[in-house]
Amino acid sequence: MKAKVIEVKNLTKRFGDFTAVDHISFDVKQGEIFGFLGANGAGKTTAMRMLCGLSLPTSGEALVAGFNVFTETESIKKSIGYMSQKFSLYEDLTIKENMQFYGGIYGMTDIAIKEKTQFILHHLHLEPEQNKLVKSLPLGWKQKLSFSIAVFHNPAIVFLDEPTGGVDPITRREFWEMIYQAAQDGTTVFVTTHYMDEAEYCDRVSIMVDGKIDALDTPSALKSSNNAESMEEVFIALARKATRSAD
Amino acid sequence: MEQFLVFVKKECLHILRDRRTLFILFGMPIVQIVIFGFALSNEVKNSTIAILDPSKDAASLQLTERFEASKYFDIQKNLNTIGDIEKSFREGKIKMAIVFPENFREDLLHTNKAQIQFISDASDPNIGTTLINYANAILGDYQNELSGQNLPYTIKTEVRMLYNPQLKAAFNFVPGVMAMVLMLVCTMMTSISIVKEKEMGTMEVLLVSPLRPILMVVSKAIPYLFLSIINISTILLLSVYVLEVPIQGSLFLLMAESTLFIITSLALGLLISAGAASQQTAMFISLVGLFMPTLVFSGFMFPIDNMPIPLQVISNVVPAKWFFYIVKSIMIKGLGFKAIWKETLILFGMTIFLLAISIKKFKIRLS
Amino acid sequence: MSKAIIVNNITKTYTVEKSTVTALKEVSFDVKKGEIFGLIGPDGAGKTSLLRILTTLLLADSGNAFVNGLDVVNQYKDIRKSVGYMPGRFSLYQDLSVEENLQFFAAIFNTSIEENYDLIKDIYVQIEPFKNRRAGALSGGMKQKLALSCALIHKPSVLFLDEPTTGVDAVSRKEFWLMLKNLKKQGITILVSTPYMDEAGLCDRVGLIQNGEILRIDTPEGIIKQFGKPIWAVKTNEMFRMLHDIRDWEAVESCFPFGEFDHLIFKDQKHTKKEITKYLESKHHEGIVIDSIEPGIEDCFMDLMKIED
Repeated sequence: MKAKVIEVKNLTKRFGDFTAVDHISFDVKQGEIFGFLGANGAGKTTAMRMLCGLSLPTSGEALVAGFNVFTETESIKKSIGYMSQKFSLYEDLTIKENMQFYGGIYGMTDIAIKEKTQFILHHLHLEPEQNKLVKSLPLGWKQKLSFSIAVFHNPAIVFLDEPTGGVDPITRREFWEMIYQAAQDGTTVFVTTHYMDEAEYCDRVSIMVDGKIDALDTPSALKSSNNAESMEEVFIALARKATRSAD
Repeated sequence: MEQFLVFVKKECLHILRDRRTLFILFGMPIVQIVIFGFALSNEVKNSTIAILDPSKDAASLQLTERFEASKYFDIQKNLNTIGDIEKSFREGKIKMAIVFPENFREDLLHTNKAQIQFISDASDPNIGTTLINYANAILGDYQNELSGQNLPYTIKTEVRMLYNPQLKAAFNFVPGVMAMVLMLVCTMMTSISIVKEKEMGTMEVLLVSPLRPILMVVSKAIPYLFLSIINISTILLLSVYVLEVPIQGSLFLLMAESTLFIITSLALGLLISAGAASQQTAMFISLVGLFMPTLVFSGFMFPIDNMPIPLQVISNVVPAKWFFYIVKSIMIKGLGFKAIWKETLILFGMTIFLLAISIKKFKIRLS
Repeated sequence: MSKAIIVNNITKTYTVEKSTVTALKEVSFDVKKGEIFGLIGPDGAGKTSLLRILTTLLLADSGNAFVNGLDVVNQYKDIRKSVGYMPGRFSLYQDLSVEENLQFFAAIFNTSIEENYDLIKDIYVQIEPFKNRRAGALSGGMKQKLALSCALIHKPSVLFLDEPTTGVDAVSRKEFWLMLKNLKKQGITILVSTPYMDEAGLCDRVGLIQNGEILRIDTPEGIIKQFGKPIWAVKTNEMFRMLHDIRDWEAVESCFPFGEFDHLIFKDQKHTKKEITKYLESKHHEGIVIDSIEPGIEDCFMDLMKIED
């Protein structure tokens, strides 16, 4: 029985009279690839922020990597990795410098940083480019590099916020292979995406509508219970019910 | 025309809906006037001084009373020897010492000459000289009275501080603040406003439309033109009623010249926006590239004539220098157009030149 | 003249950090009047540069282009009066309300909201309840609809849309394309760029673009027909392992995940379903499902990408 790395109970976030996230509850097991879907304005980003320790919830409880989202946000930040669509790398630093920087932020020793850097450079076939500025890399490479850096310090959980936006289809799939590998190695992956085919790659998927979790199950279970042939159909069926039409 | 009006309306909405901008536009002039007018006065009041008077006769005591009564001086009572005085200077406790000779009154009456020594702490030369001047003024008054009594062949110096007899610092500051506020509002805010369109991406959409770029640029400047006129009026009101700086010359001429300078500043703002890619850059260029030189070279804080020749030449390129001169001439000296037509022409020429370049540099495409 | 847009050997390069990046390499194609033409490709393919050249915002290094018969370089003023443009990210005024934005753009185009209201009505009614809300406070889908309305306010003959559906969820995307189809009925020519391969099927014709080069231009059906190779959709109970196992098979040209199934292409055309089953069983896979399928646009794109490499 795999341990739960994320436990959420009735988590709520209110901004004035607007309830962005309305009593959501779910768990994520270690090594799982968990897809967190929802329309724009459904509350996904707000929910993710709370789990990353970036925003204090209004009420409810949640434990991320065993740490309390109200009182232990700093410990949460140390135990997770994060990657957003904007790639979070410094364009005017080299590949190597970016790795050294992030390794340092997460308190890794110089030796560990060096080893990991060599490993990633080799794995991504970026050894000849290691001293090139990130801004000169083609998009697909930046993104794969970004992911590697997000898991550089071997976090228990990595949060990916629409990591594959705008990238060519081959790189997109190579990227997901990296996600699979990380999950196999024991890292839990919490990912949001607008590509419905990517929802299929997840172990379980949750769909948020109007601040609540409207569905949570494996992709195949969701398809059969909604009489749908694809995750896209499932999503459209559920998201269409939304009454909330603005962020 | 419709396009133009609609654009001006939009600009006004942007300004009104941005609290920070509103604060800068309206709060700033008031804050500056108050600060410069009151807090940062060049006047030096209540300076601690010592008087050493071995003679203690009627004359010296009379003079001492005068010094004591002055708001500029605060007499330190317990110093009686030169040694005490030197010690106090070193400890920074006094800023000036007045030393009477022995037999002051006798010297005055019988030799028609008497000496008084003023010793001033010149480690801050400004304060040092100012205090000496105050003391001299008091002494001068006293001498005038005496001369009326018994000295027929004395050369009297009559000192008149023209235009600003009370030596009020505000007289210098108000024109300076006017120049700075206009620079800030017109140049910086206009340039930021134009660059913002580039940064936000709305510029793209505007370019792919029938809107002529000149109209866009002019309509961005218009709200700031009006705001600046309001600001100038506020500054002048504050100056006259709060700081007691009168407007000696024609108000109409003053406003007309101010409007000219506003347009100069707007043109500068346009020029900056043509070159800046981000709002930060625009702000930076405005502040460091313009505001600082204006502060230094306009003549407002530091006299230009005291600067080395190369810097004096540079100051001629700073529009604020000419404006400062024009405002002082009208406001403080009460002069008319005949006295300032040359400076006005220079300012006008600068404006045309700047407008021409910025229109030429305006990009009708993205790079 | 039946061609709304003509592009002839357009080349565009940029200098970034002392190196030259070629954004567009001798791109040529045309768009017929009243058609929806999709420029499909990932970020960095050159879509935005191309759209900017056609809307006269950028000058190409070489080649020429015409919109409604007007030259993009010499007759840019006329083009700017008659086209609608929706740039890559939300480019309206965040601190103005929905209605204020519309009125503003209507005035800029020397028209009014009322004049062409029937054109934008279907779109506008969806955001009308929010007409006094600041544009910055709208959701992604709403912003798009507003931007589209503003681009249509003057009844342009050609509409240029640069990635209008990027970052927007699947439902809003579908709605947006419905709106485009309706616009087509009004005779408006639409050139739209998108990174989403599945949107290709909604266009009349598409141009697949990658690294500044056009890989193929045709109707979606035509592109699929040109694929010419059989594709197998394969699924087992252990997808990740299966992927590696299949890739280890010499006979396989490529295998990529496509949602629930992986798509498998062989190097030559002689293989059967039975063979695949046998291979997978030999690798101890269970729950094997295999189907012969028609390629999708994405399959075609990826295939063409490989040829380019």
